[in-house]
Amino acid sequence: MDNIQIQNTSKVIVAEQLTKTFGHFTAVDNISFEVEKGEIFGFLGANGAGKTTAMRMLCGLSIPTSGKGFVAGFDIYKQPELVKKNIGYMSQKFSLYDDLKVWENIELFGGIYGMKDKEIRLKTDELMHILNFENERNKLVGSLPLGFKQKLAFSVSIFHNPQVVFLDEPTGGVDPITRRQFWELIYDATSKGITVFVTTHYMDEAEYCDRVSIMVDGRIEALDSPKNLKMHFDAKNMDEVFQQLARKAKRVDS
Amino acid sequence: MKNRESIEIKTNSDSPLGARGHSFGLKYLLRKEFKQILRNKFLPKMIFVFPFMVLMVFPWAASYEIKNLNISVVDNDHSTFSQQLTQKIISSNYFKLTDVSPNYNKAIKSIESNQADIILEIPANFEKDLVTQQGAKVMVASNAVNGMKGGIGMTYLMGIITDFNTGILPKLIPSTASNNVTPSIQIDSQYRFNPNLNYRVFMVPALMVMILTLLCGFLPAVSIVFEKELGTMEQINVSPVPKSIFILAKLIPFWLIGFIVISIGFLVAWAVYGLIPAGYFSTIYIFAAIYIFAVSGLGIIISNYAATLQQAMFIVFFFMLIFIMMSGLYTPIDGMPEWGKWIAAFNPLKHFMEVMRAVYLKGSNLFELTKQLYALIGFAVIFNIWAVLSYRKNS
Repeated sequence: MDNIQIQNTSKVIVAEQLTKTFGHFTAVDNISFEVEKGEIFGFLGANGAGKTTAMRMLCGLSIPTSGKGFVAGFDIYKQPELVKKNIGYMSQKFSLYDDLKVWENIELFGGIYGMKDKEIRLKTDELMHILNFENERNKLVGSLPLGFKQKLAFSVSIFHNPQVVFLDEPTGGVDPITRRQFWELIYDATSKGITVFVTTHYMDEAEYCDRVSIMVDGRIEALDSPKNLKMHFDAKNMDEVFQQLARKAKRVDS
Repeated sequence: MKNRESIEIKTNSDSPLGARGHSFGLKYLLRKEFKQILRNKFLPKMIFVFPFMVLMVFPWAASYEIKNLNISVVDNDHSTFSQQLTQKIISSNYFKLTDVSPNYNKAIKSIESNQADIILEIPANFEKDLVTQQGAKVMVASNAVNGMKGGIGMTYLMGIITDFNTGILPKLIPSTASNNVTPSIQIDSQYRFNPNLNYRVFMVPALMVMILTLLCGFLPAVSIVFEKELGTMEQINVSPVPKSIFILAKLIPFWLIGFIVISIGFLVAWAVYGLIPAGYFSTIYIFAAIYIFAVSGLGIIISNYAATLQQAMFIVFFFMLIFIMMSGLYTPIDGMPEWGKWIAAFNPLKHFMEVMRAVYLKGSNLFELTKQLYALIGFAVIFNIWAVLSYRKNS
C-alpha cells in the first residue's frame, strides 16, 4: 500500500481500459479514469449506458472481461475481497433489512465489516443524533418513509469508515428537499476523507460533483469538472451537456 | 510486481479494519437470522403447526385399509351356497352390497355409473358343480380406475372366497374328511415387527423424514432466494463476509429447528400413537444430522440456480414430488420397475426413511444400517461440494 501511494499519491480509484462483455454485447467498452481521494466523482449516462456494470466491477461484484482496476489500492481482479473491506456500497434497490430495526441494521453491517460491539454502540448513538433519528432507533426499517431509508442506507454504507463509497442512483424517487439533505450527508462524508463515486440521473446533482464523467454506449464520452464541461460544450447547465452527448447514443433503452 | 502485492496485503492486515475482520461476522448474521425468523408473522407458526398437522392427520387418513367397498353380486345360481357366499362377503365389513344384478351387463352398468367398485358373478350350476365336481368357478371383476382400490378389493374378496371354500369343504365331503385327508399345507402367516400391520406405525417415522426435508432443505433455499430478490444479498456480496459464512448463518437456525421438530415428532409419535423406537434415539439423531446436512446442501444448490422466488418454489415442488413418490412412503420400492429403483437409490429421502422405519420397528443399530449411512454421507458430501462450487459472490 505504501508503494502504491508513492506511485499514485492520492488515486483512490484507477480504471485502465476496463471492459465487460456479455456474449456479443459490450456493456462497458474500454473505459479509463482516475478518482482522487476525497473527490465526489459523478458517473452519468442514460439507462443502459453501462454505469451500473462499471460500478459493479469496481466493487468486486462483477469480474472484468479485460483491463485493470484498482480501488483503495487493491486490484479488483486479484484482490476483490480486500477491495470489499475498504469500500461502502449503496445499490439502486433499497437493501437494508425491512424486518430489522434501525439499530439492528447498523449493528449487523458494522459487525460484518469487523467493528467491535462497543464501537458500534458508540457510533450508533452518534449517528442517531446527527440524523435526528433518536425516535426511529427502535422502529423497523420497513416502516420508515423512503427519504429516511435512503439517508439511513447511506449512513450504514459509510458506517465502517471505508475509503470509497459507491452510490448507485441513491436519490431515486425522493423529493428535492430530501435530496438536498442527502447531498449534505455526502459532503459530510467527503470532509471525513471518504471518496464518493456516485451515479445519478439528476443533472442538478451532477452540478454538485467535483468531476463528472458521461458514459454513452459503454464508453466515457466526456470527463471533467461541471464548469469545464459546460464551457466546452457551450451549455448553460449540465442538462444541456448531457443532452448533447446522450443524443449520440445508439443503444436502445432497455 | 509480486513484491508490491505482498506488501499491500501485509500493510492492510496491519490496519485496524484488516485485523478485526477475522470473526467474519457470523455472530451478527446469526442474530439477524434468528430475529428475522422469530419476527416473521407466518414462519414460526408454520414450523410448529406443520409437523403437528402432518403427524396427527396424515397417518389416520392415509391408510391402505379400505372399508365399505361397494359390491354388485350377479347371482345366476340362486342356491343356498351362493346365498351363503354372498352373506359371508357382506358380513365381512369390507363390502357393502349395492345391488344384486340379474346379469353381468347390468352389473357393469353399475360400475360405470360408479355405484359399484367390484362385481362378483356366481355362475349357474355353482352349487351343483361344488357338490359333484368338488369345485366351482366364480368370476370377480373390479373397477381399476383407482388401481389401488381395485387391487385391494380384489385381494379381500379372494381371501373371503378362499375362507368360504375351506369352510364348506368338510360339509360337502363329511365322510372322507376324517379318514381320507387331503394333504394340505396350512399357511400360518405372521407379520414380523409390525404384528397388526398397522399403517400408522410405518407412516409416522417416514413422515418425520418428509418434514425434515421441507424444514431443513427447502426453507433455507427459499430464504436465500428471497434475499436475492430483495437485493439485500447484493449488499452482503459487496461486504467482506465470506460466502460460506453467509450460508452457514442461513443454515444453522434451520438445523436447530430441524432437531427441535424431530424431537417433537418423537413426542407426538409416542403420545398419539404409542410409538417408541425399538432401537436407540441416538441412532436416529446421528442419521438425522447427516440427513439434515445433505438436504440443506441440496437447498443451497437450488438457491444458487434460482434467480427468483417463483423459480425456487417450482424447483422445490418438483424435487419434493419426486422425492415423495420415489421414497417408498406410499408405494414400496420393491414394486417399482428397475429404472424406478435406480431413481429411488439417488433419493436421500428413501434412505433416511428406511433408517427411520428400521430403527422404529426393528430396532436396528448403526452397524446394521451401514449401507444407508454411506449413502447419506455420500449425498451430504456431494451436495455440499456442489453447493459451494455453484455459489458465486461475483459474476
